[in-house]
Amino acid sequence: MGVGDVAQTDMSALVSSGMGQLRLMLEIARRSFRRASSYRLATASGLFVNTVFGYLRASVLVFVAATSGGAVRGLSAEDLATFAFISQGLIMVVGVFGDTELSERIKTGDVVVDLYRPADLQLWWLATWLGKSSFHVLSRGIPPMLLGAIAFDLNWPEVWWHWLVFALSIVLACLVGFAVRFCSAIVTFWLLDSRGVDQAVTFTIGFFAGMLLPISLFPAQVETVARMLPFASMVQLPAELFLGIHSPSAIAWTLGQQALWAVALLAAGRAMVATATRKVVIQGG
Amino acid sequence: MAERVPARVYRKLVSARIKSNWQYRTSFLMLMAAQTLIVSLEFLAIVFVLELVPDLGGWTAPEVIFLYAMATVPFVIADLLVGSSERTSQYVQAGTFDRILLRPLPSLLQLWALEFELRRVGKIIPKLAIGGWAVATVDIVWTGDRIAVLVMALICGVLIYSSLWVATASFAFWAVATKEATNAVTYGGQSANEYPLHLYQNWIRATLGWGIPLAFVAYVPAQWLLDATNPLGLSPQLVYLTPVIATALVVVAAIFWSTGIRHYQSTGS
Repeated sequence: MGVGDVAQTDMSALVSSGMGQLRLMLEIARRSFRRASSYRLATASGLFVNTVFGYLRASVLVFVAATSGGAVRGLSAEDLATFAFISQGLIMVVGVFGDTELSERIKTGDVVVDLYRPADLQLWWLATWLGKSSFHVLSRGIPPMLLGAIAFDLNWPEVWWHWLVFALSIVLACLVGFAVRFCSAIVTFWLLDSRGVDQAVTFTIGFFAGMLLPISLFPAQVETVARMLPFASMVQLPAELFLGIHSPSAIAWTLGQQALWAVALLAAGRAMVATATRKVVIQGG
Repeated sequence: MAERVPARVYRKLVSARIKSNWQYRTSFLMLMAAQTLIVSLEFLAIVFVLELVPDLGGWTAPEVIFLYAMATVPFVIADLLVGSSERTSQYVQAGTFDRILLRPLPSLLQLWALEFELRRVGKIIPKLAIGGWAVATVDIVWTGDRIAVLVMALICGVLIYSSLWVATASFAFWAVATKEATNAVTYGGQSANEYPLHLYQNWIRATLGWGIPLAFVAYVPAQWLLDATNPLGLSPQLVYLTPVIATALVVVAAIFWSTGIRHYQSTGS
């Protein structure tokens, strides 16, 4: 039984009010959290990969800092090692590799069930996404940081409210991650096979979010371009907030940027659904 | 004649698989283009690092790129040929592995043929181009023994990566849903090999040298071929260990796989 079948019976009562919509979303998110938490071995195995890659990336970056006299582009060896583990920890939280569930449902035509529900398609999947992400913060986000701290000196926030800023930034990063993947999944309505698009999106995110290398280490012009794209909001910006390298006004601007991207991309997703459901024939007989 | 049957069936299955992929041309070409994009972006990240620090512990940028090619060309070839071994966990989970055991053909060979993905060529092409550039740019006089060592290193590299794939895939017989841990060894191993070994901490270096002996795929032979700065003071004789290690790993992988199959209990109800 998937999240899609959850809470079928008492739903119509719930959605009749705005409060009901919220309670419904919380309920979906809770089930999605539970579902994600049921794959224990896969979680442990994924955590192992994130940590291995964290160690490798951190080693290279620390070496780069050391050969450049202790810091590159204003980032110290500790900053860069921290960046490596944050970026690995965020992979599942912001959904760098995405999720093919919705595009599969569009491909098979099952999405028609989702569209029939008296709940909004985008909010439904957003709730699923946020439930899963909350689990991944605990299981895939925090442990690599702690395991990283065993082998490397990391740079932890020194002021208490930097933790709050970081938490808020993670929530926004999750929203941007969802919005990007929602758009690419909706493309399936037109393309039918979205695997190519999915992979291209994954690696565009990997590169322009700062997963492979912090954007701040890109050549100046490429960095400028990367900062203008929404993907920076997914990894690079939260990591910078964690490192505490910004002034209060820059912090506000960073969060504002993330929020703007989230709103714009969520709106784009809605518009795409509206067009798709008006014009496109759903698969299946 | 009997021993040729598997090879013939393998060829037939693979060509059928290619034909069926080709039916969805647009999708196939897009997926292949995506693979090329992936590789190019990964490489770009390394180029950016080399722009920041043109000298990685005494190795010049072309030397590092030569190492990158030696580390990754065998990997993408192994990926094309046996990368589908990692599908074992899905087969075990779905119970379809029984079907493979029933057929009178080696189980691994079937898996490799059934899950053959021609689109992975999309990764090989850019890596070969990078390798070609590196070979032309680095300061190596290509004498007979150097060419022999290069070819030997590439073949052993394919064997070593392939063995890791098979060995880690056979864990699926004990515990399903370990695909990601498999990837930590295979993709992680490739990723570790992309940079010179001397850049890593001691304990990572020890793991790559003797735990999972990936250093013998790229760093050791590249060091020998380039006669590059040698901060670790490795003996040049180590290069002769590469084929020994490749053979040993093939044996280990074969033992893992056959033990796994003997241990296998169907998941069917």
